[in-house]
Amino acid sequence: MSHILAILVENQSGVLTRVAGLFSRRGYNIDSLAVGQTHDPGVSRMTIVVDGDSRVIDQVVKQLDKLVDVIEVSDISGDEHLDRELVLIKVEAEPEVRGEIMQIVDIFRARIVDIGHHSLIIECTGDAGKIRAIENSLKPFGILELVRTGKIAMVRGQKYGEG
Amino acid sequence: MMTGAEIIVKSLEQEGVEVVFGYPGGAVIPLYDKLYDSPLKHILVRHEQAAAHAADGYARATGKTGVVIATSGPGATNLVTGIATAAMDSIPMVVFTGQVALPAIGRDSFQEADITGITLPIVKHSYLVRDVNELASTIRSAFYLASTGRQGPVLIDLPKDIQMAEAEFSYPQEVSFRGYRVPGEPNSAMVYQTAKKIGLSRRPVIYAGGGVISSGAAEEIIGLAEKTNTPVVTTLMGKGAIADDHPLSLGMVGMHGTYYANYAVSHCDLLIAVGARFSDRVTGNLDTFAPHAEIIHIDIDAAEIGKNVGVQCALQGDVKLVLQELQRRIEGKPQSEKWLEQIACWKEEHPLTYEQDGDEIKPQYVVEQISELTGGNAIVTTEVGQNQMWAAQYYKAKKPRCFISSGGLGTMGYGLPAAVGAQLGCPDQLVIDISGDGSFQMNLQELATIVQYQLPVKIVILNNGYLGMVRQWQELFHEKRYSQTELIPVPDFIKLAAAYGIKGLRVQRTEDVPSVLEEAIKYPGPVIVDCVVAKEENVFPMVPAGGSLTNMLGG
Ligand SMILES: Cc1ncc(C[n+]2csc(CCOP(=O)(O)OP(=O)(O)O)c2C)c(N)n1
Ligand SMILES: [Mg+2]
Repeated sequence: MSHILAILVENQSGVLTRVAGLFSRRGYNIDSLAVGQTHDPGVSRMTIVVDGDSRVIDQVVKQLDKLVDVIEVSDISGDEHLDRELVLIKVEAEPEVRGEIMQIVDIFRARIVDIGHHSLIIECTGDAGKIRAIENSLKPFGILELVRTGKIAMVRGQKYGEG
Repeated sequence: MMTGAEIIVKSLEQEGVEVVFGYPGGAVIPLYDKLYDSPLKHILVRHEQAAAHAADGYARATGKTGVVIATSGPGATNLVTGIATAAMDSIPMVVFTGQVALPAIGRDSFQEADITGITLPIVKHSYLVRDVNELASTIRSAFYLASTGRQGPVLIDLPKDIQMAEAEFSYPQEVSFRGYRVPGEPNSAMVYQTAKKIGLSRRPVIYAGGGVISSGAAEEIIGLAEKTNTPVVTTLMGKGAIADDHPLSLGMVGMHGTYYANYAVSHCDLLIAVGARFSDRVTGNLDTFAPHAEIIHIDIDAAEIGKNVGVQCALQGDVKLVLQELQRRIEGKPQSEKWLEQIACWKEEHPLTYEQDGDEIKPQYVVEQISELTGGNAIVTTEVGQNQMWAAQYYKAKKPRCFISSGGLGTMGYGLPAAVGAQLGCPDQLVIDISGDGSFQMNLQELATIVQYQLPVKIVILNNGYLGMVRQWQELFHEKRYSQTELIPVPDFIKLAAAYGIKGLRVQRTEDVPSVLEEAIKYPGPVIVDCVVAKEENVFPMVPAGGSLTNMLGG
């Protein structure tokens, strides 16, 4: 089962390597990883999606927690949470199909952020299901490039890191 | 104002460091220049790997943090095996490596190696110092991290320009980490529950690991064992937690453990694991490990709990504190008379033994004699292989910190430099390296260090002409196809000793073993004893890798 880990780390060089290295060294697979600074410039937050049974996840969390630069780790999959991912999709778009594509974009409440001679770039934010759906809908037109940020997630209500 | 190099030396003094093990080179010349005038004792090893092992041996023998210095590039990479050895066995160590100057980093400069990157998986933590103003606090943090919680090696990479830059020196007393907490007192409800379980058990066993030694909890282990009449098995790392001749001691558990230790673990109804990590060398097949037991796991490292074996009851904390609290809470003694009788039976019927036939010296006999002559009071270091296992089986250690061996990594070449460190840490004690002819050759350059510092270390080589432990596996599991395990030639160790100005003694007949060992022990300086032993002797009992503990060869 997929688990979402929210990890607060010291905003220091080498932290990402320590975290990622731990995953590969101990044989855990990262499905997705997103990292960025928080409102405290000394602290970054990582969101890591990892697959495994509860015993594996328990180990992952404990091993991460041992890293000196890791301030706090929690598996938020079981909590009431929001998760989002942003995707940019460059899709083939000759003039005759642009209308159709724009309708799809509307349905998903996505946006067209660039128009080229033969292509469009579409930006879409959503949870994993929505991203998958828009990708599938655009596939028949010909996807030229696709990039996603990786999942970020937040527990609803109470503030993580101060609970 | 002080230079970075001065700050390092002053910080070491502030930490109470008495001895550092190192080897100079271009990137640490500024640091060595300041060491020149310092009262700190610097031990010049002959290979950086040995600096790390010596600091590690020093740490294991004394309980203090070992300190290492090496230059950048090859100096730093030579440390890797030593750091990994310390990491696997949770040994407190602070390692200083030189680095090329900050502006030169990342340009493949001369003798540049990304040592913080290379060592990432084998350190507890590491630092690359980028600002001389943070140097002192970094050193303070490194010593704190290395020596608290689950101990381990911490590396500080020191660019050469940082060593020469200047800053105000003030040594911080406090450290603060947002992401590091030292576990202290255990959860008292859990302790209460555990105490109750122990009282209700009929067939309890204590399984004591290296954590007992590092937390200084030998007294508490013996206390718990005696108060509850519970037999104790130890791991290689836990050896010395209870005297091997204590009536409740069952010796070592695992692959080359005693018959009765392995049987006790396999038949117990309660296994109390203390500062141990359920290594595959201990458990064998996990599916058949302690099949009838409820398991209590006491450990300082939360990540060890449930890592290899599911446990019913977990107490996270410093094992010394946990055991003290546990002892206070214990009321009922387990009714274990029948169990102890059963164990006595196993001990009686399946003692550790070997055949003393012919005129060939049996390596076990040599270790037995060392044990007898020293009363188990010497500090024994070991190499790796059969010599290590015979040392573990037949040396009857009396107290903690006197059996020093590379457990987790199994590093050949560890014992000699570790003996150097142990002897420097404990100048008044007898230090003996029980060695193998193969392992000895992996760090024999340290004979020069021994001579330079006049360390009266005794090196007893169990010379079987083979990489014996590998040969044993080939004999047992590969139809005696001795692929690359015969050591031809084994050098003449007596002549080699002479080349270094060390006394050399050779023993070839069983009846001479006691007198030669005695001569070596009485001799005031270093001695190499070349024991020409039976070439194809095997270590038994043996649980084949991945097998069940009750399935022992030669039990
Ligand atoms: C650095 C290193 N290389 C290889 C090994 C694999 N190995 C384990 S035991 C052993 C043989 C050791 O030979 P020796 O020191 O003569 O000891 P013996 O087993 O003969 O007592 C070897 C090669 C190791 N443990 N460490
Ligand atoms: Mg040998």
